[in-house]
Amino acid sequence: MVALDGNSIGGLLLEVFGTDMTAAQTICATCGAAAPVAETVVYLRVPGTVVRCRTCGSVLMIIAQIRGMSCVDLSGMSALDTGQGG
Amino acid sequence: MSPPVSRGFRHFRRPAAGEQDRVPPGQYVAKGFPVLSAGPTPHTPLPEWTFSIRRAGETLKAWTWDEFQALPAQDVTVDIHCVTRWTKLDTMWRGVPVDTLLGQVEHDAPYVLAFSDGGYTTNLPVQDVTSGQAWVAFGYDSQPLAAEHGGPARLLVPHLYFWKSAKWVRGLELLDHNQPGFWENYGYHIYGDPWRQQRYAGD
Amino acid sequence: MATAAVRGRLIWQTATVTSVTTETDAVRTIRLDVPDWPGHQAGQHLDVRLTAEDGYTAERSYSIATAAGEPVAITVERLDDGEVSPYLTEELRAGDQLELRGPIGGWFVWDTSDGGPLLLVAGGSGIVPLRAILRHRQRTGSDVPARLLYSSRTLADVIYHSELDQCRDGVEVSYTLTRSQPPGWTGYSGRADAALLGKIAWPAGQHPLTFVCGPTSFVEAVAGSLVALGYPAGRVKTERFGGT
Repeated sequence: MVALDGNSIGGLLLEVFGTDMTAAQTICATCGAAAPVAETVVYLRVPGTVVRCRTCGSVLMIIAQIRGMSCVDLSGMSALDTGQGG
Repeated sequence: MSPPVSRGFRHFRRPAAGEQDRVPPGQYVAKGFPVLSAGPTPHTPLPEWTFSIRRAGETLKAWTWDEFQALPAQDVTVDIHCVTRWTKLDTMWRGVPVDTLLGQVEHDAPYVLAFSDGGYTTNLPVQDVTSGQAWVAFGYDSQPLAAEHGGPARLLVPHLYFWKSAKWVRGLELLDHNQPGFWENYGYHIYGDPWRQQRYAGD
Repeated sequence: MATAAVRGRLIWQTATVTSVTTETDAVRTIRLDVPDWPGHQAGQHLDVRLTAEDGYTAERSYSIATAAGEPVAITVERLDDGEVSPYLTEELRAGDQLELRGPIGGWFVWDTSDGGPLLLVAGGSGIVPLRAILRHRQRTGSDVPARLLYSSRTLADVIYHSELDQCRDGVEVSYTLTRSQPPGWTGYSGRADAALLGKIAWPAGQHPLTFVCGPTSFVEAVAGSLVALGYPAGRVKTERFGGT
């Protein structure tokens, strides 16, 4: 399967977080690499969504959309910074 | 408020006459064989590949690829159903029955957790992977199983949604209690019967 | 960080198709009237959701083909084994409704304040957001120098060909055709590989801002070549298309 990047889940993340997240900086909890969400490796419809670090391949984020609810696991990231402060 | 219907939008094809009773509710018959995975395709070299049955952190029995290939295998034709709604009819596989593998260990465990290269897991009752209902498949359509479809070997449990048929399977962990695997942890149904549309927890 | 379950916000809205025009044999541009459209930036995309009579839904993302301030339009390539693109390119017509969500994207966007010089590298339908960037550049009267390298299979597959041919005023457009070239072809042939990029790309010392868009394999090959040319990864923005 061809992996895409974080641009492909922009709409999904907009729905979950209420704001654009493609420019948000992620820090990988496994290798420490920093990257915008847009540059992460994304596997879609797996049935859920799996987002991986482009540097080390570890899972950053998992999103399962079930009956209008989104189950979001962010434990693969040590930080997710929208840079908006506050 | 339900979304507006898109005029003229038909999703692939509905079951043909005679197929209807083979396609579970909410499914459609896929044209190809979609490739869906949670990560890059693993490539374990066959000399390093093993399949093991484990319990409580201990390996009860393991087979190398050559030992595994020496086991009696079956050719089966089955229908498969993915929770993302596609169904494929009459898929042809070759594999070792899980009955054969579990039959070589003494156990009374009621559940298993299948585990794969790359960290994927999925849980099943032992009674759903025995009595001729499951295989560790290494051939598809008369060819060695392609890596993108789970090769060298994957679990094949056609009577449940296909996320239970773990790709790149490396073994079964015997469990006393039903323990959710990867997708089950995120809200997918703990059992996954397509005929009762058990897609999500609570269905 | 932990796991949470969140109810999705209702941000889908219903748009009306105002026209469907043919760009190439397999490609259509769909113009939309979106009642509550908040405006968009060049490079952003929107998500389309189709609903069948039995309630089945399919969603796909498409880059917006127009600049900020222009009416919303998407350009869609028909994929033979696609679920949504054959519907959008062959069935959809003016007057139909389309559910969509957007605009989406805060990374793969360009506004004049982002500067340049700009390097735009497109593979196939990856041209769509880059064309939006060029239209925005022109509409705002920006003098940021821009170079576009556009890779297509054949001349017949080049989308927006006449519009791109008319680019002037600091925009240099190069085409490369990978599968076949017409007689007398004066453009490039073959893939957008390191050698071709080396000819076209701005010298790294000019600190260019790069946007690469197309199929995953195209994007990864081009991004790799640019990094080898000394382009810092942080100034190379990528958007991968794929799937059906």
